[in-house]
Amino acid sequence: MADQINREYTLRRLHSLLGVIPIGLFLMQHLVINHFSTYSEEAFNTAAGIVGNLPLVIVLEFAVIYIPILFHGIYGVYIAFVTEMNLGRYGWFRNWMFMLQRITGIITLIFIGWHVWETRLANAIYGTEVNFDMMANILSSPFMFWFYVVGVLAAVFHFANGLWSFFVTWGLTITPKSQRIMTIIVFFIFVIFSYLGLASLVAFAS
Amino acid sequence: MAEENKSIRFIITRQDDPDGKPYEEEFDIPYRENMNVISALMEIRRNPVNAKGEKTTPVFWEMGCLEEVCGACSMVINGKPQQSCTALVDKLEQPIKLEPMTTFPVVRDLAVDRSRMFDSLKKVKAWVPIDGTYDLGPGPRMAESRRQWAYELSKCMTCGVCLEACPNVNDRNDFIGPAPLSQVRLFNAHPTGEMHKAERMDAVLGEGGLQDCGNSQNCVKVCPKGIPLTTSIAAVNREATIHSFKSFFGSDQHA
Ligand code: SF4
Ligand code: FES
Repeated sequence: MADQINREYTLRRLHSLLGVIPIGLFLMQHLVINHFSTYSEEAFNTAAGIVGNLPLVIVLEFAVIYIPILFHGIYGVYIAFVTEMNLGRYGWFRNWMFMLQRITGIITLIFIGWHVWETRLANAIYGTEVNFDMMANILSSPFMFWFYVVGVLAAVFHFANGLWSFFVTWGLTITPKSQRIMTIIVFFIFVIFSYLGLASLVAFAS
Repeated sequence: MAEENKSIRFIITRQDDPDGKPYEEEFDIPYRENMNVISALMEIRRNPVNAKGEKTTPVFWEMGCLEEVCGACSMVINGKPQQSCTALVDKLEQPIKLEPMTTFPVVRDLAVDRSRMFDSLKKVKAWVPIDGTYDLGPGPRMAESRRQWAYELSKCMTCGVCLEACPNVNDRNDFIGPAPLSQVRLFNAHPTGEMHKAERMDAVLGEGGLQDCGNSQNCVKVCPKGIPLTTSIAAVNREATIHSFKSFFGSDQHA
């Protein structure tokens, strides 16, 4: 019976945990690897090659990326659906973050869906090679470039602000002061990883 | 005096019965010094004539203590949920807009049914069980440092303002809202109440419980009693982390 009562609680905590481990960790890793594109084409291809050739990469991809993201994304849409935005009446900072967290979540889900299709499934189905050229190709269209800019910013925001919530959800930051300091920390995380992501997009596109 | 002719315009959202359609009615109330919103409503009750000069039914609202401790008179005044007994007309922008809180079902006009919140308090066992067949004697003492912050939490008057401001308390979501969560922290902190902490935690992690908080933190901004609701929620979150660890892996309090 206890399990039944706690189903919603367990799902919510799982949702919170998966957002940081492994999804958040993967996102950081991904953006760091991408940043090699700003050095040179070869640097990126080598770095991406190492990750792409990890042992059991397909198992890793499913266990660390696809399944967690699928769960996090679908359950996240449900979470966004059961809220009623009230920014008009209560336009405070945290309420803005609350709303943006849900909006960027939806944008990120659409973006990732497209991104995985374009870079992984196309590779699996048509055997398109995953390398610098592929990204340069995709991002040569201005529409796709801006789509990626929005997608990357949304994903990084969602991760940074989600990390803030993670610390509250697990009871790590309790006092207003610790929560404020965490806001500053995640702000820097947002800035740094946004920079990494955008810089690599520019490198691919130019 | 010029003030004698001065009148205050009220725009009131009314509803004749629980299933009725809400509509707005305007009233001009003669100004008196130091009026609060309730005194204006009393004036309407004395002389139920709207701004067009038509006779109408008196506006219905609830009140109890008239000193901001019972919470019964809560309504949305100029867009902000608050107590009408302590809302001073001189401090409000005019015209003054009165609406019932939307999170709760409207009984009539400005009166709402706050049962949702009272039921939640029962659900999470927000009390200290002391009833027995014999005198249990005095309970253990509470540390002064703890008593001080616990006292702040005990100021909650279940007015419902924090639920009104919470984006996750709505028709699609059965979230119990901030006030009951803070009460869980209060009763867990009580030396006797603590003995039932595990039960309370089980209840608070049920459907619509703690996990539905999405950290919009509106509650702590609107609470008229200045209760540190978000601190309470995070503290109960930590307790929940420990509690679920214990109940999964086993402990003395969990069979
Ligand atoms: S916590 Fe504050 S806002 Fe919420 S019900 Fe209690 S007194 Fe009202
Ligand atoms: S009448 Fe009790 S709080 Fe206003």
